[in-house]
Amino acid sequence: MKRTQFMLTRVLQGLVAILLIATVNFMLVRAAPGDPVSVLAGEAGASDPQFVAQLRAQFGLDQPLSTQLATYVGKVVRLDLGYSYRQQQPVLKLILDRLPATLLLTGSAFALSLLFGITLGALSARRAGTWVDSAITVVALLFYATPLYWLALMAVLVFTVQLEWLPGFGLMTVGSGHTGFALVLDVAKHLVLPALTLALFYMAVYARMTRAAMLEVAQMDFVKTARAKGVRPGRILRAHVLRNALLPVVTLAGIQAGGMIGGAVLTETVFAWPGIGRLMFDALLQRDYSLLLGAFLVTAAMAVLFNLITDLVYTLVDPRIELT
Amino acid sequence: MKRRNLIQMGAAATAGLTLAGVPLHLLAAGRKGGTINAVVQPEPPGLMLGITQNGPTQMISGNIYEGLLRYDEKITPLPSLATAWTVNKEGTLYTFKLKPGVTWHDGKPFTSADVVFSADVFLRKTHARLRANLAAVESIRAVDPLTVEFKLKYPFGPFIGIFEVGSMPMIPKHIYEGTDFATNPANATPIGTGPFKFKEWVKGSYIQLVANDKYHVKDVPLVDSVYFHVIPDAASRAAAFESGKVDLVPGGAVEYFDVQRLSKLPGVAVTTKGWEFFAPHSWLWLNNRKAPMDNVKFRQAVMFAIDREAMAKIAWQGFAKPATGPFNSNIKFHSTDVAKYPRNVETAKKLLAESGYKGETLRLLPLPYGETWSRQAEILKQNLAQAGIKVEMTATDVAGWNQRLNDWDYDLAFTYVYQYGDPALGVARNYTTANIAKGSPFNNVEGYSNPKIDELFDAGARETDPEKRKATYLQAQKILLDEVPVAWLLELNFPTLYRTKLNNIISSGIGLNDSLGTASIG
Repeated sequence: MKRTQFMLTRVLQGLVAILLIATVNFMLVRAAPGDPVSVLAGEAGASDPQFVAQLRAQFGLDQPLSTQLATYVGKVVRLDLGYSYRQQQPVLKLILDRLPATLLLTGSAFALSLLFGITLGALSARRAGTWVDSAITVVALLFYATPLYWLALMAVLVFTVQLEWLPGFGLMTVGSGHTGFALVLDVAKHLVLPALTLALFYMAVYARMTRAAMLEVAQMDFVKTARAKGVRPGRILRAHVLRNALLPVVTLAGIQAGGMIGGAVLTETVFAWPGIGRLMFDALLQRDYSLLLGAFLVTAAMAVLFNLITDLVYTLVDPRIELT
Repeated sequence: MKRRNLIQMGAAATAGLTLAGVPLHLLAAGRKGGTINAVVQPEPPGLMLGITQNGPTQMISGNIYEGLLRYDEKITPLPSLATAWTVNKEGTLYTFKLKPGVTWHDGKPFTSADVVFSADVFLRKTHARLRANLAAVESIRAVDPLTVEFKLKYPFGPFIGIFEVGSMPMIPKHIYEGTDFATNPANATPIGTGPFKFKEWVKGSYIQLVANDKYHVKDVPLVDSVYFHVIPDAASRAAAFESGKVDLVPGGAVEYFDVQRLSKLPGVAVTTKGWEFFAPHSWLWLNNRKAPMDNVKFRQAVMFAIDREAMAKIAWQGFAKPATGPFNSNIKFHSTDVAKYPRNVETAKKLLAESGYKGETLRLLPLPYGETWSRQAEILKQNLAQAGIKVEMTATDVAGWNQRLNDWDYDLAFTYVYQYGDPALGVARNYTTANIAKGSPFNNVEGYSNPKIDELFDAGARETDPEKRKATYLQAQKILLDEVPVAWLLELNFPTLYRTKLNNIISSGIGLNDSLGTASIG
């Protein structure tokens, strides 16, 4: 009962937040200099007043800003994300077309970073002070500090251009006509470099965080008690130390997950991965208002959703936490 | 005039010896089949060439659509959908004979009705540049299914130069008549008469074209399929070329230092041909409305201060050469018999002192088109500083750059502009009083106004005799170089990077913006 009530309140709060975000986004996007028509006219290499006026009217930009805002919010309430005149497609379709590629990339990176991050962190904590610990710490620090963009380019230069081990561009081999298992394998090969590159940063963060939290928890009284009771060291580490050390990791994982939809612009750009991050970035440069706002909205909704999920996961990891 | 008509008819008659510019022995070698992988940058907003005319769209859709004429690197007209053309003595009536047996990709015949619809209805509504080019046209008439007449109100010197595929693409009347052109769902699946048909567009990944096996030139196209890959990062595009994923990189798609490096790889070549029609010309806008740019001495000082050789060599890695004035050397009536501005810091300082410039800081709006332009901006800033002109850079993106130029909100700003083969089409617009209007970064943005210049450009446009036009435009160039409304910088030679296994990728003065119909592999 308590849980249902909690969920309802949070969902309502989330909806209000999303609507507010939509309004603020609308104003923010309009504050940038230029509009989609000036960009289109600029690209055409020639324009005249008739051309500009025609496009403005077609895009609805000739209306007063307040009218445009009202129209936009009205559409958002009806779950209509609008139409991208630049791409000549509905915004929802554009986003949905790109969503699978992005989820595949960010999802794999999420899983990889959590898995390896926690494993390495735990290993590091268990062997604290040894060379294993030092090695893991140094590597984690290195990945944490290296710009993602540089790492991605180096991965392409080494593994695609020089060694020719893995494809470095796109989602699949274009024009190969692969189907079934061959297609899965092809996509998997294309996924390796971008997913690893994207995973490294968070992996480093998780490793460092897990290590620190585990070392802290290991000093606590209940761990000493367990040890005094004669519980096996492996079990102490897993059931007592690790589980209690995971809370900060879950918080961060929640943030990472919330950003999964829009947070991979650089990786997608370098690896020519056809995802939403690039769609958003291009839309920004082209002042494609409706597409940009649509992508922002979806991203915001995801962030709200994952915040909620994170709160639920807390209660699983630590049953003492209550939902209020 | 009469002699010119004969030559044109002659050119059309001999066209049979080469097919669309390809010597017959190449076609006879029978190198057919294969796939060309090219880079397109950025991803185009659409492929309907009648509606969208930006660079990437032209490069891809030049394979799908065709114009009545093509142009060689000297901007001489070649037959395309029109096989012969005549002009009356006064230069006011142009008659085109269309090629018989041409069909659209959906099988419908291409006729004079399509030409009239394209030029007079569709493009007049959607194509700003053509609208200006057609200002002199009184009527366009289909005489019979294979003959079209353009009747002009007054002679327009460059008229025969406005029929290439980007300037006047042929649009299928049966698909667009009576519809809202901009929102017609057919825009997503473009239908033309060209050697390649639209196959598939996976947004964010690639665009695929396939051979049109019903193409009206026998044995063309030679390859089966062309992919245009979307790779958004310049360094990744260079890596993609190096790794062999793509074999053809158009000008500007990778940074110039990478072009130099990649062109030295085995089996790789680079060419700067195929930009003659566009003749990309770059300069520095000087806002003539504001002090100190309103003073001709200050503007001349800027001209003397600039080290164009260094810009061409360092920023452009040799893929540019100093501009001598408002006319690119690839367009008609370019002359070097004008005032020269070799780099001379002392002269610049002297002129600056005479101009009364007091050391105020000027804002420079660079072009947000990557590393090359940033480097050029650094060089300019240094050059001007050496002469004593203080400059600070304004950060901007493409939309912001457009907006500031549209609103004349700048002191100094970079630009580059296509000149389309003829001063009346691509030069006059930047200097005549009639083109001082907000809202476009391609008209007279600097605000220069001189009745004599207006008169000369007007006379040059309305004259059809090449000798007379030459004299008129020489006078205009002399005045402009004395008054320096803008500071001309460089003629850009965009390099096309390709693997040598590709043959004949550039077959006309519009280069990759023409079709790859006669390109082959092997």
